[in-house]
Amino acid sequence: MSWLKKIISLPRPQQRRQMPDGVWLKCPRCGEILFRQELERNLWVCSRCSKHLRLSPEQYVRILCDEGSFATLFGGIRSSDPLRFRDAREKYSDKVKRAQRGDPEREGVMTGRARIAGIPLALAVMDFSFMGGSMGSVVGERIAKLIQLALQERMALIIISCSGGARMHEGIYSLMQMAKTCAQLARFQAARLPFISVLTDPTTGGVSASFAMLGDVIVAEPGALIGFAGPRVIRETIGQELPSGFQRTEFLLEKGFIDQIVPRHQLREALALLLKHFSDSARCTRVSQSVPPREPRMHGQ
Amino acid sequence: MPGGWLEFELPLVQLEQRIRDLQTLAGKQGPDVADELRSLERKADRLRRKIFSKLTPWERVKLARHPRRPYTLDYIQHLFTDFFELHGDRAFGDDAALIAGLGRFEGRPVAVVGHQKGRNTKENLRRNFGMPHPEGYRKALRVMKLAEKFGNPMLSFIDTPGAYPGIGAEERGQSEAIARSIREMSALKVPILVFVTGEGGSGGALAIGVGDRVYVLEYSFYSVISPEGCASILWKTREKAAQAAEALKFTAPELLKLGVIDQVLPEPPGGAHRDGAAMARTIGETIRGALAELDELTPEQLVERRQDRFLSMGVFDGGTSGKEIE
Repeated sequence: MSWLKKIISLPRPQQRRQMPDGVWLKCPRCGEILFRQELERNLWVCSRCSKHLRLSPEQYVRILCDEGSFATLFGGIRSSDPLRFRDAREKYSDKVKRAQRGDPEREGVMTGRARIAGIPLALAVMDFSFMGGSMGSVVGERIAKLIQLALQERMALIIISCSGGARMHEGIYSLMQMAKTCAQLARFQAARLPFISVLTDPTTGGVSASFAMLGDVIVAEPGALIGFAGPRVIRETIGQELPSGFQRTEFLLEKGFIDQIVPRHQLREALALLLKHFSDSARCTRVSQSVPPREPRMHGQ
Repeated sequence: MPGGWLEFELPLVQLEQRIRDLQTLAGKQGPDVADELRSLERKADRLRRKIFSKLTPWERVKLARHPRRPYTLDYIQHLFTDFFELHGDRAFGDDAALIAGLGRFEGRPVAVVGHQKGRNTKENLRRNFGMPHPEGYRKALRVMKLAEKFGNPMLSFIDTPGAYPGIGAEERGQSEAIARSIREMSALKVPILVFVTGEGGSGGALAIGVGDRVYVLEYSFYSVISPEGCASILWKTREKAAQAAEALKFTAPELLKLGVIDQVLPEPPGGAHRDGAAMARTIGETIRGALAELDELTPEQLVERRQDRFLSMGVFDGGTSGKEIE
């Protein structure tokens, strides 16, 4: 049974960066033992129950963007500790340092330029492994800056959300990032540029209650937890168990709050289709290099 | 909480009662009590200063949640004439936790939104303790658009523990309602004045809080999370709420230092609940002054400055746009 020792449970988000060398992984939902290479080929979706395992921003970039097209921007915007916040266990600044895992650019979101199917866009991917993808000043500023860039260059905007909400450790500043990102989006959307919001597991709190729910099109991965309040808070407030499937992607589709459920295998294709739709709608000037301009045709030709 | 008073203010309340009793007595019997009255009043002043000059953040939280604190409807009564309440989001229902309506401020037509708590259990069940559902925010947004259409200034009164975390709220899109309200408010082409009159509870507060001016009453607070919620996550017990209240730096003077609000509005001696009319007068003067300033701006300037204001919020390395607390 020595091979069993090699079976490791899925890495906790905190450790995901140092991807385990283990060959086998266990699906957290169905318990299926999965061959790592197989899982990777399957875009980290369980082959038995289709559970979409959480990805890092780098993994999303690899899955979605044209090869070599992604360039990080705004990595120089880094966390500080405006409140000198300290909880029962540690200082916020120490927590941030630990979450950076040696890379000072790491934060709750990675932002940059990219191309999908040849179409240039501004892309933000949230990183749950960094303090639950929580939104503090850095996440808000990077996203606001990215939206500004997309507005200046008339590019489409895609944000892949994965976050527990606002970051408590920066107090009121974190709350204000909701207003900041929404205000920037108001400008962006007034300029008739497309914003596609992709929701993954989980998207809750101050992130779902700001930019994530404001996409011109909103798609979500299957089985993701999406909502305002976390299930535990709701359970404690109302003092009863929650219905099964509550606040999951499928529930949101049924209630009318997302446009489509898109499995990870089809995400690139779906985003490409949407980007092409919007770029052909001739609102973004910098797009459609990949699409030859159509010759105007006359009747009878 | 005997008689709806907080423990730390009770000695003061009792002393003031004694003074009032003595005054009544003096009115009947003559002037012998004048000396004693003066001495008691001095004593009350000293006691009031002693209690209110070094309030802890947790005591301020209690004042902000004081069961006698004036609520939105109280301020509406003091500040506006011809108030006409508007109900319903035109889609699902009406939310009594959030008031909206039209009125006149010193003769000028304005629109008003605000959270509304109840004074007793029965009222609180109806008002849901001031915690709105999505239809509340959608009603507020409807009235904001109405204000924009007719060029009326918007006045917003914030006093909520937060947006309601319940099944119906999630089913009807609490997140979407809040997000949309924040975005639309940031682009509204009329002046918006925001007053945090009690609890500023997170996204449920910010949803009607994107203003050209944001004022916080002296003993109000405005926070990303309730002190109890923060304590239960970071200290693993709600019992540590007082510590979380300190760490979060959410009292009115701290918010001013952090640069996220415009002004702290001083409360009457002993707090807004001791003299609601005086508090309303202070708010009224503030409205008059702010509208005079904002009337100078075009709608486009208003929106641009309001958006710039919120875009500048945050503190980070590699470009700081807020202030740190020393």
